[in-house]
Amino acid sequence: MRPFQYDRARTLTDAAQIMQGEDAMAIAGGTNLLDLMKLQVETPRELADINRVGLGEIADTDDGGLRIGALATNTATAVHPRVRADYPVLSRAILAGATQQLRNKATTGGNLCQRTRCFYFMNIDQPCNKREPGSGCGALDGIAKLHAVLGASGECIATYPGDMAVALSALDASVEINGSDGTERTVPVRDFHCLPGDTPWRDNVLEPGEIITAVTLPAPVGGTQLYRKVRERSSYAFALVSIAAIVEMEDGVFTRADLAFGGLAHKPWHDPRIAQALVGNAPSAELFDRAADILLEDAQGHGENDFKIPLARRTLHAVLEQASEDAA
Amino acid sequence: MSVHLKQDKPDTSNRLDDMKQGVIGAPLPRVEGMAKVTGTAPYAAEYLMENCAEGVLVTSTITRGEVTRIDKDSVLSMPGVIAVIDDERLITRPAQGTANEAPQQKPKSVSYWGQPIALVVAETFEDARDAAKHLKVEYREEAGAPLSPDAVEPEEQEGETVHQGDLAHAMAQAAHSVDVTFTTEGHSSAAMEPHAAIAQWDGERLTVHASLQMLNYNITELADAVGLDESKVRLISRFVGGGFGSKLGISEDVVSASLAAMQLCRPVRVVLSRQQVLQCIMRRSETTQRIRLAADENGRLTGFGHEALVSNLPGESFAEPVLQSSHFLYAGQNRELMLKLARIHRMTAGSVRAPGEAVGMPALEGAMDVLAHEIGIDPVELRLRNIPEDNPEEGLPFSSHKLAECLRQGAEAFGWDHGPRKPRHTREGEWWVGTGMASAARVHNVGEARARVTLKADGTALVETDMTDIGTGTYTILAQIAGEMLGLDPGKVLVDLGDTRHPRGSGSGGSWGAASVGSAVYVACTALREELARRAGIAEDELDLSNGRTQAGQTLSQLLDGQDMAREGHYEPGDIASDFTASGFGAFFAQVRVNRFTGETRVDRMLGAFGFGRVLNHKTARSQCIGGITWSIGAALTEALEFDPRDGHLVNCDLAEYHVPVNRDVPDLEVLMVEERDPAASPIQAKGIGELGMCGGAAAIGNAIFDASGARIFDYPMTPDRVLAAMPAD
Ligand SMILES: Cc1cc2nc3c(=O)[nH]c(=O)nc-3n(C[C@H](O)[C@H](O)[C@H](O)COP(=O)(O)OP(=O)(O)OC[C@H]3O[C@@H](n4cnc5c(N)ncnc54)[C@H](O)[C@@H]3O)c2cc1C
Ligand code: SF4
Repeated sequence: MRPFQYDRARTLTDAAQIMQGEDAMAIAGGTNLLDLMKLQVETPRELADINRVGLGEIADTDDGGLRIGALATNTATAVHPRVRADYPVLSRAILAGATQQLRNKATTGGNLCQRTRCFYFMNIDQPCNKREPGSGCGALDGIAKLHAVLGASGECIATYPGDMAVALSALDASVEINGSDGTERTVPVRDFHCLPGDTPWRDNVLEPGEIITAVTLPAPVGGTQLYRKVRERSSYAFALVSIAAIVEMEDGVFTRADLAFGGLAHKPWHDPRIAQALVGNAPSAELFDRAADILLEDAQGHGENDFKIPLARRTLHAVLEQASEDAA
Repeated sequence: MSVHLKQDKPDTSNRLDDMKQGVIGAPLPRVEGMAKVTGTAPYAAEYLMENCAEGVLVTSTITRGEVTRIDKDSVLSMPGVIAVIDDERLITRPAQGTANEAPQQKPKSVSYWGQPIALVVAETFEDARDAAKHLKVEYREEAGAPLSPDAVEPEEQEGETVHQGDLAHAMAQAAHSVDVTFTTEGHSSAAMEPHAAIAQWDGERLTVHASLQMLNYNITELADAVGLDESKVRLISRFVGGGFGSKLGISEDVVSASLAAMQLCRPVRVVLSRQQVLQCIMRRSETTQRIRLAADENGRLTGFGHEALVSNLPGESFAEPVLQSSHFLYAGQNRELMLKLARIHRMTAGSVRAPGEAVGMPALEGAMDVLAHEIGIDPVELRLRNIPEDNPEEGLPFSSHKLAECLRQGAEAFGWDHGPRKPRHTREGEWWVGTGMASAARVHNVGEARARVTLKADGTALVETDMTDIGTGTYTILAQIAGEMLGLDPGKVLVDLGDTRHPRGSGSGGSWGAASVGSAVYVACTALREELARRAGIAEDELDLSNGRTQAGQTLSQLLDGQDMAREGHYEPGDIASDFTASGFGAFFAQVRVNRFTGETRVDRMLGAFGFGRVLNHKTARSQCIGGITWSIGAALTEALEFDPRDGHLVNCDLAEYHVPVNRDVPDLEVLMVEERDPAASPIQAKGIGELGMCGGAAAIGNAIFDASGARIFDYPMTPDRVLAAMPAD
């Protein structure tokens, strides 16, 4: 671990100021950042501890939505009565992740920014374009069971590993961001994470010094909300494939089908064409296959992770079957 | 006074059963349990030591070659750095179990990626770790090191080979035959406590607190590695947070801390990181196993073949003993067994949780299930029809044999649905539900052991041996054995373990600790009883002791008359080992559900029935079985070491990505103990317990996956991708 300067921010302005420092990083729950610092994958010179900035609140918004502070813990969010009542997919996605102990420390902002679990990224004695631009991609011809089948590039085939953001993508939530110069901006969750392209070191759209202040959920849409996570063991494992689904039906046809996918790409995957294909149609195996065809149109495996392509199709069948039964 | 017992004959006297205290077998809680759960039991790295420096190992980033230069100056000016130790005596691998000599040294010669090459010592752990990451090392790399077992011509392990009769002919003539190949992936012991040591050097003597399983061998290994006389070395391992084979031999932390302490003349602590534990201690070899079974129309085996390919580093003698129980578990006159070892440059392969049967039995029992299905008979019945009278290769009698009872009683308790399996009989929503079973077998081992038992003048007792308790309950059962023999409440028996100042025990490994060191305690207590009987004026076999008194009402203190009385028990296995085949036997039954969409498998319930000699403590024995069955679940469904195909490094080297079962994967497990006394296993009629629980259990799960979903899978672990690939279309 490289020695670093630690500063506790009391206000957002404080935090913004610390974040102006060279190689400064925010630390929230620390459940991801500390691990990576010990491995020397992350080597900040300065840490801005934002735990006391006062961003932990979960509050109603004027339009009936919900604003979840960046420092609200995953546990607090998952058990919040409004989240459970109005956004159950979010509650389920969070509870499908990590362990109780980790969720007690993990925060909204930290969860969105958690880094890939790619083995080569986590090992500084191996090449990785994300960690060390230009050093090569260790996973490409290596062990790539966890890796992406959608939207990858020749530079990086890593996945975004989280669960919460998949639900946020299905819910079409927004991320509130505060710049080190005090400016504020809002980015849809669906646009928050990047594809690797030829800038694999870039996980998301945050600019240096920027801090996430909250995630905002639109007014509740109801419907049947499911989160399905496929994994080898039943807890404490990242998703091989996951699906967040918000589905409504009327008169035997889908009237809403907002789906987002985890474990497949460098970001939670959302393809508006899937909802278009489903809405107005009655559930059937053929229809589900058509949705899967759209999802997997450009899917490409890398040997070890080829299985994710049929697995995504089958999981989509399972989710749509269950959701249409529950919604009917 | 030392009393020696070499067991050459079966002992059917079952002396422990004549005793009057009534604590043998009692489900007493572990005596050190409270200290452990309240954090007051110190583990190796937790001793407070004044002026202790911290060491962090530097590991190689090439697979094979030479370290040509270590630029110590690159880190010596970093904050807190004290020294870079690159002594030629540093070990590059852990010692194999019972090696009794230093493992490979000369760290500049690299033979696997991640091999320790130096130690950076600093004032704080953080400084040491940072410097270790910055140390500049130059290498001369030797390209082309073989990394996969298929890449080389393997060596036959001749001692394992059996050619008996004509298997090919038996296969050709058989009414039913099976010729299948299973694979298993590498496993890691994955003990909770990382390997750690604190070494102190007083200019003459070396004292090391370490996390080790077999101090009786480790002291010799360490003395050999650092070049000291054994009398100048002391090892202490009072509490060990799990070993599972990975702490049988001395490891890199112990030797590097010792050399650093000797060089710097101050205490040095070395704690391996989780990644280092996984990458530079031990792996269980992956295996490829071909099984051939030839049977007549009634399912009686006429031929039996088991050939296995395993791997290890050049220079290592250990070859995963896959065939160990295959030699005797089932009948079949025509036999073909062979073990081959491929020399490859992945990390050291060694003993990991039940070496041999842990992976051999799942393959064999998977093949037996295929055969039962071919023939169309109940898999339990197929096993029952093939239990041999005697060892089918050597003709030796079995010391005791409870397989049939375990199969029958286990089936009964589980509610086994007798009859041939008809896959896909039950679906609940998305889940196919089915059951499977397998036999369990694990050879019984014992080793020489010494223990001193002292009756104190105040009527309490003290047991001393350098035996370790690796979390299994050794402290507790030794108090029970001594308490039973001497007529004392176990609470009045203090057990002092894990210090090489005490008589040499057997060490903990191969499930042999309880039977071996328990026998040494028994021998010492028998000698004490003889002296007490003499003083009481009766024969030893007439002496009844309970609650500190003889049957005539004399107290122990009266007989001792103000003096302590000590005897050292020395137990040795003797010729009996070559007169009998001794093994633990059992049966597993599992119910699983397999998701028809995703191929995920979850275990609903599982039962293990075991016959393993005398049960010394029903609680600790049951815990051992539950632990073993839990490892079976891991071996069946999730555990796999993954190695990079280009440099052979272990990629999933932490517990987030090396998937041992979590609580939610482990349902209620039922354990049925079929009590027996094995007269040849040990003077206390006990056999090994711990490992048996994982020797075959994975097959019960794999066979249940077939029964549930129709997916017949030949590769463990049966992860969703493999289940889906084998699952018939709906
Ligand atoms: C063993 C293990 C298993 C796990 N399993 C799962 C799982 O199954 N599913 C899952 O979704 N997650 C899983 N996680 C990941 C876990 O959810 C994340 O570690 C956690 O959410 C990170 O939150 P944190 O507050 O601790 O972030 P930190 O570790 O404090 O920070 C993580 C990153 O976010 C940045 N950051 C934090 N807050 C802000 C902010 N407000 N603005 C800008 N940047 C910020 C930090 O600078 C850092 O780069 C697992 C983690 C572990 C260790
Ligand atoms: S996949 Fe991405 S994160 Fe992994 S090694 Fe390649 S570049 Fe690095």
